[in-house]
Amino acid sequence: MNVLLNNNSVSTTACTLQQLADELQWPAAGVAVAVDNQLVPRKAWAEKELTEGCRVTLVRAACGG
Amino acid sequence: MENEQTKLVIAGREFHSRLFLGTGKFRSNQEMSAAIEASGSEMVTVAMKRVELDDANDDLLSHVVRPGLQLLPNTSGVRDADEAVFAAEMAREAFGTEWLKLEIHPDPRYLLPDSTETLKATERLAQKGFVVLPYCQADPTLCKHLEEAGAAAVMPLGAPIGTNRGLQTRDFLRIIIEQAMVPVIVDAGIGAPSHAAEAMEMGASACLVNTAIAVAGQPARMAAAFARAIEAGRAAYEAGLAAQVHSFEAQASSPLTAFLN
Repeated sequence: MNVLLNNNSVSTTACTLQQLADELQWPAAGVAVAVDNQLVPRKAWAEKELTEGCRVTLVRAACGG
Repeated sequence: MENEQTKLVIAGREFHSRLFLGTGKFRSNQEMSAAIEASGSEMVTVAMKRVELDDANDDLLSHVVRPGLQLLPNTSGVRDADEAVFAAEMAREAFGTEWLKLEIHPDPRYLLPDSTETLKATERLAQKGFVVLPYCQADPTLCKHLEEAGAAAVMPLGAPIGTNRGLQTRDFLRIIIEQAMVPVIVDAGIGAPSHAAEAMEMGASACLVNTAIAVAGQPARMAAAFARAIEAGRAAYEAGLAAQVHSFEAQASSPLTAFLN
């Protein structure tokens, strides 16, 4: 299926958020993820099922004042 | 001890340095890291960005995180209270801290904080257990409302972000400092150590500085200069400044009589 990761369409075989994280090798810490604008805590990634076209937002630290 | 400055406490955490540092605009992570070190600061701000698919290994945190340093994630980029709450929850997840610099400035030209949305978001985030430090207008009434809404400190601006124009709001900052029951951190506009010293002499609890250090010729030296200015300004405030005379006439500090007669 395709999901929208930070507004980019990504083709994936992952069914859950954890599988997507593994597939794309997301960092082990320092990131936060939302699906359809709802934060999904890391401990809930394995249970979070992805749906066709869902919007995944992945953020991490940046420089800022 | 007589010469030992009083400690700053925010939400139960003690800070030995009254200089807080922003991490934006540095020419390199190495310069930023050296400036943090030289500043002696115990709290630095960080922002959040969406991860680009090709920069998965660009790890800012490795240059920032160190023992004894409080991270202060900001909500830069949000336009209203709803977005701020979402950003705050993302920040708590990413950085593992409930501390938050709340900034809501939808206007890209002046980056001035939206008072209505800032107050709404402060109330909601404080209820959710965040340690909320709102960047706000230098408005004494607003600052009292933010305090009542649960802000752990208030961060009124000296001048618009990145302008280096100093304490353009000084008279209002004085009123805010006089009235506040929470620490007052002057944020934005501080462009030189003398500006920071002035804020501290007025009784501000701390200053948050970014641009003036980050874009300096030698950021680490500038960070050290700010640290000294802030320490001097605080010491002067605690020592009790002499009153300013509202006249142009001199007030003698040496005896003028009975020397040549």
